[in-house]
Amino acid sequence: MSDPLAHRVASATPPQLAHRIRGLSDRTIAWLFVAPTIFLLLAINIFPLIWTIRLSLTNFRTNRPNNAVEFVGLENYRKILTDEDTWIALQSTAHFLIWTIVLQVLIGFTLAYLINKKFRGNDLWTTLIVLPMMLSPAVVGNFWTFLYQPQIGLFNYFIAFLTGADPASFSMIGDVALAPWAIVIVDTWMWTPFVMLICLAGLRSIPPSIYEAAECDRASKWRQFWTITIPMALPFLMLAVLFRGIENFKMFDLVVQLTGGGPGSTTLLTSIDLKREAFEKWRTGYASAYAVILFVTVFGLASIYVKALNKVKDR
Amino acid sequence: MKSKLMLTSAVLAFVAGAAQAEDLTLCWAAWDPANALIELSKDYEAQSGNKMSFEFVPWTNFADRMLNELNSGGKLCDLLIGDSQWIGGAAENGQYVKLNDFFDANGISMDAFIPATVTGYSEWPKGTPNYWSLPAFGDVVGWTYRKDWFARPDIQAAFKEKYGRDLGVPATFAELKDTAEFFQGRDIDGKTVYGASIYTERGSEGITMGAMDVLYSFGFNYDNPDKPYEMEGFVNSEGAIAGLEFYKALYDCCTPPGSSNSYMGEGVDAFKSGQVALQMNFAFTWPGFDTDATVGGDVTGYFANPAGPNGDKFAQLGGQGISVVASSEKQEAALTYIKWFAQPEVQAKWWKLGGFSALRAVVEDPGFVASAPYAQTFLDSMAIVKDFWAEPAYATLLQASQKRFHDYVVAGQGSAKEALDGLVADWTEVFEEEGKL
Repeated sequence: MSDPLAHRVASATPPQLAHRIRGLSDRTIAWLFVAPTIFLLLAINIFPLIWTIRLSLTNFRTNRPNNAVEFVGLENYRKILTDEDTWIALQSTAHFLIWTIVLQVLIGFTLAYLINKKFRGNDLWTTLIVLPMMLSPAVVGNFWTFLYQPQIGLFNYFIAFLTGADPASFSMIGDVALAPWAIVIVDTWMWTPFVMLICLAGLRSIPPSIYEAAECDRASKWRQFWTITIPMALPFLMLAVLFRGIENFKMFDLVVQLTGGGPGSTTLLTSIDLKREAFEKWRTGYASAYAVILFVTVFGLASIYVKALNKVKDR
Repeated sequence: MKSKLMLTSAVLAFVAGAAQAEDLTLCWAAWDPANALIELSKDYEAQSGNKMSFEFVPWTNFADRMLNELNSGGKLCDLLIGDSQWIGGAAENGQYVKLNDFFDANGISMDAFIPATVTGYSEWPKGTPNYWSLPAFGDVVGWTYRKDWFARPDIQAAFKEKYGRDLGVPATFAELKDTAEFFQGRDIDGKTVYGASIYTERGSEGITMGAMDVLYSFGFNYDNPDKPYEMEGFVNSEGAIAGLEFYKALYDCCTPPGSSNSYMGEGVDAFKSGQVALQMNFAFTWPGFDTDATVGGDVTGYFANPAGPNGDKFAQLGGQGISVVASSEKQEAALTYIKWFAQPEVQAKWWKLGGFSALRAVVEDPGFVASAPYAQTFLDSMAIVKDFWAEPAYATLLQASQKRFHDYVVAGQGSAKEALDGLVADWTEVFEEEGKL
């Protein structure tokens, strides 16, 4: 036996057990190892998905256990896709998604770029910057409602200080025009540090020798930034966008705490709309169809995006 | 020998009693009356030997949490003090135990309770003698006002100069708006105060409770009294449209900044902190004001809903009945709690502790009106109540009105007519799905 460790392990295995294991093929043993994971995956992911699709084709309501469950075909899908409110919720979600990602990437990358420069207190600043993402979204939502309070909120006083406006003259979460931005600001405040950390990892993965070579070629800092830093950090940036995109598509807690979907339906994101259909109106079949539509949308977009990400990585 | 026998009997009785003792869980909303009920229930524990546990959920999550529990056949609650609108669904889906036989067997008569509470909290179908709960907590939307501000000569003079009449408790909604407008932005003792706190909450039921509280007196009806579920011309009648326009006008002119999502808690805070002159809120909040260090005693006055343009006066019913959950394995013990709770002396103590008893023997007692400064207002308000749909599909109906009202009143989208026309369409669709249209 060439490997003494393997030899010792083999000789320490009780003969009966060794005989039993010797009776199994490598393929069987491999299946034995992955079987628990596959079982769990089937039980908590695949089965619920199939069950949801099945429910989406019925008129089932959880709060009506005595009612007959009827097969309604694609009727739920038709209703959702022709419902004006669905498209309004999708528009609100798109506004939230696009602006949070744009702001978080811009600010997060800028912060990462600055933090990547060695300076005194670097670690302290990094710790302070990442604090918001360590908080619970419910807590963040709650205290930002106070910050946004027109009469006592610090945010309003800060804006009033900058603009000279009366702090009580505007309500960030009560005004139709401002509320969509109010939720963007809070999410950006909370999750920019996450984007920053990913970008920082990307920046620190760039070998210094490339910059040294660029210096030798007399490339300007601006040129180095656009031809070295951005292309090499791009896969990390794209990864951050993917994570934040998926997270914000299903955003719920923070926005419910801040605005409850209001004023009116201005900040009614799809996840909040879905929750109301499923657990307030108890239209289980309808909500299942809604969930399937959202799942297909996210899955489809994420798949296209991951392909693009892989192409960038392979360049 | 005799003493030995007695001792043995006593031991056996004790053992039998111990064996029958149950640990009952009562579910309700997390609010001041729930604390009073804990105190009250100590008497039941002492008398019955059963132990009471409580599961209280904040109002904003109460319906979500408890309806989930009922729908899933959960065994968390043996007794549930559920909202009045749940009665239809809970009865039709077999989630509450029907109490008729129990009431008959124990001499509990529904005639002993305020009629509106029996209809609102216990009956399904409405108007029929099928009882699913015992009226537990009478509640209704009414108003509080800053009596001390109203009594100040400088404020009275300014009001009279502006409106040509004395400042007092508003007799009509138009007067209420004048009063709120008068106080809006006024400086009182160096502090800017505002007109009124009203319900605008979007997530659960807030804006519906507030808007309906006003709409009823303007002529809103849920359906045609002669043809159930026919809503065209009733939900969106001219009076109803005027009522919704009034509610929006009241929101726009006279509420404190940042009132776009206010419900009971926000109203209490606004009033106690001296922010508003008038406050719309359920009666359950009134004992808290009466004992408050800032607005307690003579500082706060109470009044029932004023009249609408045609002199009609209605108010939104709140409150709940206590039911035995059908999935409970301790139904017999739970029924003993209801039997105990229905006793006049227990109900009298309930009122003293801050619970709004619905028992006529309590509220019709000659000493009742003098027992609390808000007692007369409570009686006046309970005499004019109307309630939201109590249909099995109430949650869907409620979400539709929440959206329509908030879109119009707070977000300012569309007109009152469009909001109510839309509501008729939404509710019609729900009843069509229910097979009732």
